[in-house]
Amino acid sequence: MKRFAQLFAELDSSTRTSDKTRALAEYFRAADAPDAAWAVWFLTGNRPRAAVKTTLLHAWAAEAAGLPDWLFAESYDAVGDLAETIALILPPPSAASDVSLASWVETRLLPLRSLDEPAQRAALLGYWNELAGTERFVFNKLITGGFRVGVSALLVQRSLAEVSGVDAKIIAHRLTGMWAPSAESYRRLMSPEGDAFDAAQPYPFFLAHPIEGDPAQLGDCADWQAEWKWDGIRGQLVKRQGGVHLWSRGEELISEQFPEILAAAAALPDGVYDGEILAVTRAGNEEKVRPFADLQKRLGRKHPGKKVLADTPVIFLAYDLLELEGEDWRPRPLHERRAQLHRLIYSLVIDPSGPRVLQLSDLVRAPSWETLALARQESRARGTEGLMLKQRDSAYGVGRTRGDWWKWKIEPWTLDCVLVYAQRGHGKRASLYTDYTFAIWKDTEAGGRELVPFAKAYSGLSDEEIAEVDAFIKKNTLEKFGPMRTVKPELVFELAFEGIQRSKRHKSGVAVRFPRMARIRRDKKIEDADTLSTILRMIDNPPMP
Amino acid sequence: MPLLEHTACGLYCAAGDFHIDPWRPVDRAVITHAHADHARPGHARYLATPHAEGVLRNRLGAEVNLECVRYGEVRELNGVRVSLHPAGHVLGSAQVRVEHRGEVWVVSGDYKLDPDPTCVPFEPVRCHTFVTESTFGLPVYRWEDPSRIFATVNAWWQRNADAGRASVLFGYAFGKAQRLLAGVDAGIGPIFVHGAVEALNRVYREAGIDLPATQMVSEVERKFDYSRALIVAPPSAQGTPWLKRFGDYADGFASGWMAIRGAKKQRNVDLGLVLSDHADWPSLIRAIEATGAANIRVTHGSVPVMVRYLQERGLNAEALDTEFEGEGGAVS
Repeated sequence: MKRFAQLFAELDSSTRTSDKTRALAEYFRAADAPDAAWAVWFLTGNRPRAAVKTTLLHAWAAEAAGLPDWLFAESYDAVGDLAETIALILPPPSAASDVSLASWVETRLLPLRSLDEPAQRAALLGYWNELAGTERFVFNKLITGGFRVGVSALLVQRSLAEVSGVDAKIIAHRLTGMWAPSAESYRRLMSPEGDAFDAAQPYPFFLAHPIEGDPAQLGDCADWQAEWKWDGIRGQLVKRQGGVHLWSRGEELISEQFPEILAAAAALPDGVYDGEILAVTRAGNEEKVRPFADLQKRLGRKHPGKKVLADTPVIFLAYDLLELEGEDWRPRPLHERRAQLHRLIYSLVIDPSGPRVLQLSDLVRAPSWETLALARQESRARGTEGLMLKQRDSAYGVGRTRGDWWKWKIEPWTLDCVLVYAQRGHGKRASLYTDYTFAIWKDTEAGGRELVPFAKAYSGLSDEEIAEVDAFIKKNTLEKFGPMRTVKPELVFELAFEGIQRSKRHKSGVAVRFPRMARIRRDKKIEDADTLSTILRMIDNPPMP
Repeated sequence: MPLLEHTACGLYCAAGDFHIDPWRPVDRAVITHAHADHARPGHARYLATPHAEGVLRNRLGAEVNLECVRYGEVRELNGVRVSLHPAGHVLGSAQVRVEHRGEVWVVSGDYKLDPDPTCVPFEPVRCHTFVTESTFGLPVYRWEDPSRIFATVNAWWQRNADAGRASVLFGYAFGKAQRLLAGVDAGIGPIFVHGAVEALNRVYREAGIDLPATQMVSEVERKFDYSRALIVAPPSAQGTPWLKRFGDYADGFASGWMAIRGAKKQRNVDLGLVLSDHADWPSLIRAIEATGAANIRVTHGSVPVMVRYLQERGLNAEALDTEFEGEGGAVS
C-alpha cells in the first residue's frame, strides 16, 4: 500500500508525461505480481464498488476525530471531497503497518462490504489509525468507490509494454474487457508468449477526434469515407467459437440488455463487428431513430421483458469489421474492411417479415467537400449529430491516435439563460463556485412571466471567467442552502447543448443534452434571456446547423 | 464600553486613544507586524517591536514616525498599559497586550506555534479577552512537524538537481521566503532569490537571523546553468517570462492552503508544500486555551466556524468584524 500510495502521489503531482511513465515503470519493475495486478486494475479506470455508506463514513470519521457533525460538514464543504476530508481531519495514526496492496484489497477492502455495521466501524477505525497522509487518502478513495488518478489507460499500457517487452497494442488487447486482477492474470498480461485470452474479449475501440475548422484541410474528399454520426451507444459485437458478446465503449459487457442483437448475430460468421446501438420506432417499413434518452432506458435494464422489447426496439448499425474467422482484419485498409462488411450484411439470410436488427451504416457520398457540407446540414433533420470522416486507406487504430478518424459535428444549439443557483465544484475547483443552474422565462397563468430553472452546466468557462463568476456569486448571494447558493438573477450566459426534448421530470418541462457554457453575455440583460415558448418551437422545428 | 472595539478605521481602544493595525489613517497605530494588510501607510505615529522596524521603514518610508518597544516592555498610553509579546509569525511580529483598570485584552495579530528559526517563538499571555486570528480555522488544517516538511523540500530539490532541472519555490517575500531559506539544506546546490526576497533577506540578516548565502538572479549572467539551483521567488513571479532563464525547472508553492488537493491543483505547481506561518487548527485551540481567557473574539478567516466551536466548548466567543472577508484562499 505504501508503494502504491507513493505511485499515486507521484502521478498526481506531476503534469509531465515523462515523469509519469518513469514512475509507472519503476513501480511495475519493483512490484510483486499480486500487487501489480491490482495496481493495473485500478490505474486502468476500474473501481471497486463503494464498500461503506457515505453517511456512516461521515459519522465514524467525525467520531474518530472528536468533532461535531456540523464541523465535519463545514470541513467537507471547504475541501469538496469526502475521502480527502476524512484523511485530513483524522488525527495522525498511532499505529504503523506495511501491508501489501493485494492484502489490503483482498483481505480488508473487499470483505468490508459484507460486514455488519459495528464490524465495519471497528475495522475502519483500525485501518484509519494505521495509515498516514496519502495512504489514508487512497484507501478512502478505494472504499468510497471514487478512486481516480491522473493517468490515461494508454500511458499505463505503454509503461507495461516498456517493462514487459510486449507490444503496447497487445497489452491493450489483453487488458480489454473482463480483466480479473490476480498474480496469474498479471503474469499472462506481461508474458511474451502467445495470446490465450478469453474468446469474449473485444478489441480496444478506435476513437475519433473532433475536427476543427475546414475539413478541406484533410486533403482530397475522395480519400475520405463519410457516414452519419449517430447519438447511440458505441458497441462491439464479438462472435467467436459459438459465443456472442456485446461490449460498450466503456468496455462494459451489455449483452444481457440487448438480447435481440445477440439473437440476430447468430446469422453472422465468427468475427468482431464495430457499430452503433440505436433505439428505433417502427411503422410498417419505415424506421426512425429515437433520441438517446430512449436508448438509455434499455441500457439500464438487464433482461428486458416483452413489453420493453416491443416498446423500445433497437438495431445494431455496423460500420466496421475488426476480425473475421479468427483473422485480425484491423491492419487492412478501411475500404477493404467496409466492402467485406457490406457483403456479410447483405448476404444475411433474413426473415423478410421480421425486423432487420443488423444493418449497415449508410455512406454519405459527395463529390466535393462543398457538397458534403450541404449534406451535413441535413444532420439535425435526420436526428444525427453530424458526420464521421474516416480515411479510406487507414487501419483500425488503438485509442485516440489522431489523423484517421474525425467527427465533424454540427454546431450545437444555443440559448440565452440566466444564472440562478451556484454550487461549489469538486477536486481542483473545490474552493470556487463552478456548478451553475440556469433559468429561462416561462409565462405564468396570471399573465406575467417567471424564471424557471432549466439546465445545469459546469464546463466551458476559462479559469479567469470562473474566477470572475465566482466573485460575482459571492457578492450577489441571496440565500444559502448547504453548499447551494441562490444568486441574484443578473448574469446571462449563452448555453450550448446537443439536443433537447420534452420531459415530465423537469420543472421547466424540457431536458437538454450535454449543456455547457458557450460564453458570458454581458451585453444582455435578464429580460433578453430566452423563453420556454421559443424552446418548445425549437423542439418542433429544429434549426438548421 | 469594551476596552477594544471595532470601528470604521479598525480595532480601537477608546481609553488609550489608539488603534491596532488600523486600515485607515489614524493618530496612533500599534502594529502587530509588518505585512501590508496589518501595517498600512498614513498614520501619524506608529508603535511596534524593534525587529519590525527594518521592514516597516523599508515599506512605509524611512522618515515614518515610529517608536519601538521591546517584547514585554510596558508603554503607557493615556493610562492604558500596552505591551508587545512574541507571536511567532514573522520577524518582529507581536501580540498586543492591553491593560486598563485590571482588565486585560490580548490581540494576537497573526501567529503560529511551530518552531521557526527566523523569529522569536509565540508566547502565551494570560488575559480576560483574547482576540484571535482564524485563517486556518478548520480541522482539515494540521501541519506536519517543520523538520519533516523541510526533509520533503530537500528531497525534492535533490531529485530535481539529479535530474538536471532547477527548483523554483514560490513563497511570500517577507517571512515565508526567509523561513524557507533558513530551513533548506544549502549543501545541495547554490541558492538564488528574486530581488523582492533579497530586500527582506538584508533586513533579516541585519537583525541577526542566520540565512544561507543567496545571490540575486538579476546579478547572474544570463546564460548561467541553474540545473542544480534552488530559486526562491514571490508568488507574483509565477507564470512570468522571468522564469524562462532557468531552462527546465520544477516549481513548488509554499503555503498552508496547499493542504487541500484542489487548491494545489489550482496553483498548478509540481510541489504543493504545506508550510504556513499561521496556526493550524490544533494550534489555534491550544493557543486559545493557553491564554485562560473566557472571552474570545475571532477575526481574519474562518470566523463563524471558530465562534460556534468555541461556544460549544463553553467559551464566550464572538465574531470581530474586519475589513477582509476572506474565503478559501483569498487572503494570506
